[in-house]
Amino acid sequence: MSKFIMPNLQRDKIEAYLAEGKRFDGRKAEDYREIIVEDGVSPSAASAIRVKVGKTEVLVGVHLGVTTPYPDSPDAGTFMTSAELHPMASQQFDIGRPGITAIELARVIDRGIRESGFIDFEKLCIEKGEKVWQVFVDIVAINDDGNLLDVAGLAALIALGRAKMPVYNAEEGKVEHDFSDEGIPLSKEAMSFNMTFHKVGETIVADVSKEEEAISKLRLSIAVGDNGGEPRITAMQKGKPGAINSKDMETILNLVESKWKEMFPKVKELVWGK
Amino acid sequence: MLRGTHSQVYLPRKAKNKMAVEGLYKKRIDGRKFDEVRPMIAKVGVVPSADGSASFETGGTKAMAVVRGPRTLHPQHMQNAQKGVLRVSYGMMPFSVWDRIRPGPSRRSEEISKVCEWALSSVVDLSGFPNTVVDVFIQVPKADAGTRVAGLNAAAMALAHAGIPMKEMLTAIAVGKADKTLLVDVDKAEEDFHDGEGATDIPLAVTSRGKEVALLQLDGKISPSELKEAIEMGKKACDDILKVQMEALKNLNGGEDNE
Repeated sequence: MSKFIMPNLQRDKIEAYLAEGKRFDGRKAEDYREIIVEDGVSPSAASAIRVKVGKTEVLVGVHLGVTTPYPDSPDAGTFMTSAELHPMASQQFDIGRPGITAIELARVIDRGIRESGFIDFEKLCIEKGEKVWQVFVDIVAINDDGNLLDVAGLAALIALGRAKMPVYNAEEGKVEHDFSDEGIPLSKEAMSFNMTFHKVGETIVADVSKEEEAISKLRLSIAVGDNGGEPRITAMQKGKPGAINSKDMETILNLVESKWKEMFPKVKELVWGK
Repeated sequence: MLRGTHSQVYLPRKAKNKMAVEGLYKKRIDGRKFDEVRPMIAKVGVVPSADGSASFETGGTKAMAVVRGPRTLHPQHMQNAQKGVLRVSYGMMPFSVWDRIRPGPSRRSEEISKVCEWALSSVVDLSGFPNTVVDVFIQVPKADAGTRVAGLNAAAMALAHAGIPMKEMLTAIAVGKADKTLLVDVDKAEEDFHDGEGATDIPLAVTSRGKEVALLQLDGKISPSELKEAIEMGKKACDDILKVQMEALKNLNGGEDNE
């Protein structure tokens, strides 16, 4: 992996701009870039979508298979998230086994979805102890221009929300190459989405660009769901070596509230439609 | 900005159906003529962070290709002091087909990567870039047969887009045979044709000027004379595909959805 090298001059400039509340692309520190979603990337998947946030682009597909359940939860479906940070997306990614960035990204997204209760796993049971549905979310990075974690996480939610259950042939015990009109059993109320904040210079920044990400001292990812109109945190992950002081924690948690109120209706609309 | 996106839809010419149809496969499932390519879409500049990128779509098959380099090749012992090294990696995305594909390399993808590397090596000229590597990443988001040839079509455009010196352009097509009928741009249903003599699949890549064959694989059953005819059909189809590739490259800065 070749490291993304940021010239000190550029770093100083980015930090100085942020100190004045400005960013190179004209956004304010807490602004997200425009989100574009496109359906129908692959007709053979339960859903496959393209999500672009600024120039960061991912493809996410949902696949359903049938498997035997885990012995400790014989009536629950299974779930797996994988991420390929393919070298096509960035000079920094390598071919071969997933690196730590890809593993962390997939695990944080997997946990956020699994633990929020978004997927109703018991409804994914076909025959207790014998057959359950297995849900795969596969993330492929196409272009990394910063904040892949939030983009991929959002794309995973949208892909799950738009997925159709395949037709299951119980007699032959196989999944047909056909989809029903039914979606995956999801709990709309339980949906939470991930927002990652970085500390760049002395400023807390949302939806970082690639350059900002490269010079950020720390990041805090927070998955936030809806608790009767108020934000409820369902998952967190602190990344990078920097530590969070209490002032920054205060800033981030305040930002979480205001950003959630702004973003959650947008995310809901993207996942469920208007 | 230099790297734009241009899309081009090519409507296949009205092909005359000259072939005698004796076999069991008398009519193509999607209604195409036997020598007709599926509708094509070619785009250049699809990945902004890359040195070159393109996508190529025929019917239900789409491939994206990204070029990165020339850049210094590590580890050093892999370097060639005479010329740059071309490295190709092909892969299908997990959701590209009905049965999920496990992420990461497989025996199949490794082999296809290599034959595509050989095919592209015959047209690129890296003599000006000793000790470097040019990486070509081919990824398939959706598949209805012919992914390696779609990948090669995209890769050749992406290399040109990256400004890598090329002696010729490269164009690829899968020709085939269902029972006794020769076909151009075989789709999945035709690839799985089981009746009579079954299906023969012949991926083929042709250089633009010399009309030389840079990739050739075959599985199935076919007579030498049928193969000759199949290759000719493939070369003819490649002429049409080449036009689509060149059009997309030429319109790089004039396309309607140019960024």
